[in-house]
Amino acid sequence: MAYVLKERHPDLPPPRSEVGVLGWLRRNLFSTWYNTLFTLVTAYLLWLALPPFFEWAVLHAHYAGEGRQACAGGGACWVFIGDRLPQFFYGFYPAAERWRVDLGFALFVPLIAYLHLPRVRFKLWVGAFTLFVYPVIAYYLFAGGVFGLPAVPTSQWGGLMLTLILAFTGIVGALPLGVLLALGRRSSLPVLRSVSVAFIELWRGVPLITVLFMSSVLLPLFLPTGVEIDKLLRALIAIALFQAAYIAEVVRGGLQAIPKGQFEAAQALGLTYPQSMALVIMPQALKIAIPGIIVTFIELFKDTSLVVIIGLMDLLGITQAALNDPKWLGFAAEGYLFAGLIYWIFCFGLSRYGLYLERRFHTGHRR
Amino acid sequence: MNADARNAAAAEVVIDIEGLHKWYGEFHVLKDINLKVSRGERIVVCGPSGSGKSTLIRCINHLEIHQKGRIVVNGVELNENLKNIETIRREVGMVFQHFNLFPHLTVLDNCTLAPIWVRKLPKKEAVDTAMHYLKRVGIAEQASKYPGQLSGGQQQRVAIARALCMKPEVMLFDEPTSALDPEMIKEVLDVMVGLAEQGMTMIVVTHEMGFARQVADRVIFMDRGEIVEENAPEPFFTHPQSERTQLFLSQILH
Repeated sequence: MAYVLKERHPDLPPPRSEVGVLGWLRRNLFSTWYNTLFTLVTAYLLWLALPPFFEWAVLHAHYAGEGRQACAGGGACWVFIGDRLPQFFYGFYPAAERWRVDLGFALFVPLIAYLHLPRVRFKLWVGAFTLFVYPVIAYYLFAGGVFGLPAVPTSQWGGLMLTLILAFTGIVGALPLGVLLALGRRSSLPVLRSVSVAFIELWRGVPLITVLFMSSVLLPLFLPTGVEIDKLLRALIAIALFQAAYIAEVVRGGLQAIPKGQFEAAQALGLTYPQSMALVIMPQALKIAIPGIIVTFIELFKDTSLVVIIGLMDLLGITQAALNDPKWLGFAAEGYLFAGLIYWIFCFGLSRYGLYLERRFHTGHRR
Repeated sequence: MNADARNAAAAEVVIDIEGLHKWYGEFHVLKDINLKVSRGERIVVCGPSGSGKSTLIRCINHLEIHQKGRIVVNGVELNENLKNIETIRREVGMVFQHFNLFPHLTVLDNCTLAPIWVRKLPKKEAVDTAMHYLKRVGIAEQASKYPGQLSGGQQQRVAIARALCMKPEVMLFDEPTSALDPEMIKEVLDVMVGLAEQGMTMIVVTHEMGFARQVADRVIFMDRGEIVEENAPEPFFTHPQSERTQLFLSQILH
């Protein structure tokens, strides 16, 4: 029997239960009996935990006053954090010179902001400036000893400032080195490949804490007496090399996801190997590797807290030092909560930044 | 192109392949291939899958490395000398079965990348050239889109424009319509016919026998790594000489 469609079927709205707040609740919280059970149990546990915490941290907390006497009673003592805030941020950097640190970081903000504007000129130059010139300026600004700035030895750097310096240098050093190692590992030249594999496996095979120990205990044995490498510099190099090995493997994962045809098309157009890599393969591989790279950066950021074992006073180190101050004994909860919050803000920021990059470089169909 | 002009051009050999052999490990994929292609000639290569036809044209721009024999393109011999390989690749455009457009670049940037970085054209000139060829393949209005936003047929036309932007002497097509939905094959073939009519030297690996009849000067039939038969399209299709050719044609022309 023949059948011919006479009219097109109109597009109808989806059923009520699929949309809106009710639809969302039904789909995500009460879709099955065990989902409902989990929802109720979780709600009960939150009910048990949150109100007491809120009372301690906010309602009964002490915000203003002088010294520990201001914190009599049960609530959290934020006075302690306020009192120690400059140390948390700057470590033992002399108070009169702290403007140099502020200026150093203030210079960084517009540079990064400019690099994220769409369609502006000289981006390559600004990027190169941020990577190569800015660190030098920042170093001399922080360390002093030139242009009449009093010298501040790196042993006095500390707190969040030190954490950020370690993280920034680690990231800037590890990413390019990791990319080169990833390319080296896939190279057709046996020597280059072996060196890359050996480097990656060596650094991946030892914990960062061991590397840091070795840098401060073992390294001096091989140096002539009297020669000493700055403690901070040693930590920076150790972190950058260590994380480069991880970045290399993440980037290699991205490289493996690129179809061979992309490289062939680049070759067929006459692009050289470096051009094919820089213009065609790497932009795609790095885009795929963004989630992994961000994970590595977040790890790097948190791992900077390990430098405390070689005597550098980063944010966590300075927190612990403050907690041992006889004047403020007994406020460990506040101290660690504050340090944790700062770490969380930066790591969460990095994570959101990763998502932003993924969206920005998305070029296919939008789902 | 009239007959006289074509005869005059025929003297000039653009691609000269002599005694070409290639192995994949132990497997002998190409066996003693001899092929001369004159300027302006259109060659269609066909044959069953695994017969070595793609491998043959991929040897011409050194995407595959041959172990024995000589390939001379436009007077330059293809050997391990990187300079020669780069020179040849600049003069030989290639269109792939799976388009291989660069998904992170817009259509326009796909077309200007190689002219800017390889031919060192100023950006403006490269953009003008790219728009010219994009117009020619009928896709100029999509220039600012990304490949992922186009249909298969549109992507393949962009790929053709991208290759043309390098102003190549020769165009190689490696099964350009095999990955396309049926309703998109024609738009790509039309572009290729137009290109052939303008005198481009082309080697096309394809199963589109209608296209072969329409534009080919010569049809080459390959099987198991050898050139089995080579003839003008009319006699090739109406009176195939070898048994293998007859069998192949009977299988694809229902």
